[in-house]
Amino acid sequence: MTPEQRELITKFPPVDKVFRGVMSAGALFSLVVLALIAAFLLYRGFEIFSDFGFSFITGEVWNIGDPMDESTAQLGIGAMLVGSVITAVIAIVIAVPLAIATALFIQYYAPRALRTVLTSLLDLVAAIPSVIFGIWGYAVLLPLIEDWSVPLERWLDFIPLFSVPSGIFGRSPFLAGVLLALMITPIVTSVAREVYGQAPRDLIDASYALGGTRWGAIRNVVLPFGRSGLVGGAMLGLGRALGETVAVYLTLNLVFDINFRILGSAGGNVASLIATKFGEATPYELKGLMAAGLVLFLVTLLVNFVATIIVNKSRKIA
Amino acid sequence: MSTAIAANEVPAPRRPWVQRRVTVTRSLVLVSVSLLVSWLLTRYTELGGFLGFYLGLALCFPVVAFAESIRHGRNVAIDRVASSFVIAAFGAVVIPWASIFVTVYQKGSKAFHASYLTEDMRITASSDALEFGGVAHAVLGTMLMVLIASAIAVPLGIIAAVYIVEVKGRFAGVVRFLTQAMSGVPSIVAGLFIYSTVVIFFSGFSAWAGALAYVILMLPTVARTSEEVLKLVPDELRSASYALGATQTRTTFRVVLPTIASGLVTSAILGIARVAGETAPLILTASYFVAKSTNLNEPIASLPIYIFSSLGLGDDNATTRAWGGSLVLLVVVFVLFTAARALSTRLSRK
Repeated sequence: MTPEQRELITKFPPVDKVFRGVMSAGALFSLVVLALIAAFLLYRGFEIFSDFGFSFITGEVWNIGDPMDESTAQLGIGAMLVGSVITAVIAIVIAVPLAIATALFIQYYAPRALRTVLTSLLDLVAAIPSVIFGIWGYAVLLPLIEDWSVPLERWLDFIPLFSVPSGIFGRSPFLAGVLLALMITPIVTSVAREVYGQAPRDLIDASYALGGTRWGAIRNVVLPFGRSGLVGGAMLGLGRALGETVAVYLTLNLVFDINFRILGSAGGNVASLIATKFGEATPYELKGLMAAGLVLFLVTLLVNFVATIIVNKSRKIA
Repeated sequence: MSTAIAANEVPAPRRPWVQRRVTVTRSLVLVSVSLLVSWLLTRYTELGGFLGFYLGLALCFPVVAFAESIRHGRNVAIDRVASSFVIAAFGAVVIPWASIFVTVYQKGSKAFHASYLTEDMRITASSDALEFGGVAHAVLGTMLMVLIASAIAVPLGIIAAVYIVEVKGRFAGVVRFLTQAMSGVPSIVAGLFIYSTVVIFFSGFSAWAGALAYVILMLPTVARTSEEVLKLVPDELRSASYALGATQTRTTFRVVLPTIASGLVTSAILGIARVAGETAPLILTASYFVAKSTNLNEPIASLPIYIFSSLGLGDDNATTRAWGGSLVLLVVVFVLFTAARALSTRLSRK
């Protein structure tokens, strides 16, 4: 007598339904948090948006006026937004070439033993707290950059970007930008290294076999292959640079005036504004900081969305 | 039929992989020429200091390499120039890292005394002599907040990873995308969010608020790393479990998760290392307190804020304390990181 055939179940049993339900609910936590952040900052800062409208984004002045009378306040983050973009752009302009070179060095120049060490070191440096970057930037980098800004200004005076009419150097957007560049280099490098490591080995070998040099292979195979991944990595770095607070707080002098003179001791930064003004803010000013936080959140979220899409796409191709 | 070849007819074996002495000497000469030129540059132009020296070196090195190799043809010269740029840029990246480690160690160790790690700042002002006071309160506060945050963020992160890899739900792609996007939330915004909710509702700064801000920053790291680890589990294990009639619940909890237990610990440690040094959100949530405290409803000390607040005082002793705190923080992050590394290497060997 043949044993009775076991009944085949194609549906999930009740236990699994519960399990899957719980996991799904838990997984949506990040969605809930993101939505809540946007909702609460909007709720707390709504008054500011309705009072100032678009001039909150473009206005240069941050003045609470009479603390007792809200109507005398004038709040605008234009100078801070422009400043954030300037420091972040300086950071990207410095960090990306360095990151490309470092990634190439680790992947294609360094001996194998060194490669694993350097990869770990990269992750380790990425984990150095920003307050330590900040204190180092203030103590070590500031004098170096200051010494340098003086001759740089004298030689390049005719370019508005480098002129400093005030003659005061020190905690400048350039310093903050260089420091941010050092902070984001590990992130950009590790994305670049990963993408470059996936470049087709057979094409590289073919390039060598045709008598090409190492640079020939890198130039014609590795770099074109990793281009989109690199763009994604750079944007991840950009997002980080835009949102960085403490390191910028310690190395940048906030001035509420839109200017593009990167060597002078006057700049702007949204995140740093929040940290600076938070301590003794009036209730109305606090709402302004919430609104500024929302703007910062949306900008970095947008940058990160685009970065994530690009990085994921380049991973899929590889 | 073998033909005997006289010994003197055999050409000497060529070993192109061995560095010839000529190459080594040549590189040494190149480096010394560049060093000399860049030293002259720093000496006779205004671009002084180490930065000027290094920039000079980074510019001379390619030029010297080009001049030396152009006789081998254009392609070789370009290759040499590119290599020297790559090496110079790598140096420009690594030297600041080394400088950070060295500076923090040198300046930080001055703040250390016998009981630096066991005393707090309850009866000591930041400007007092360095043999008084310590960081015990800050270490304790950071540990408490990290523990609470881990208790919330680690399970949630693992759940998100399980949802993406095991449950493969309809929103798996969306969840992964949002988690990645969440990792880009600026830490000050996370702090501002917790301030606008927890701190305002419960009227005051507290360790709880700090821990919750940590959760937001920790979750993406944990989820991301756990997902990578979960993908390492071979499908054969799952299939074997299903074939024995196990439900998905049992398969996940009894087969999949235990297999990668050490990987999950790694992801938790990386999450902790990510948040342990966060300063900005704590300014808005946990604030600061000078004494050892385990009261979670009150403001609490933390290492980053200890550094940050000592730094703002402008006093020499206070600044040294800030460096001391930085050294402790850096060591903490490194220990966590090394532990994570060691665990994950063990996992990948398995």
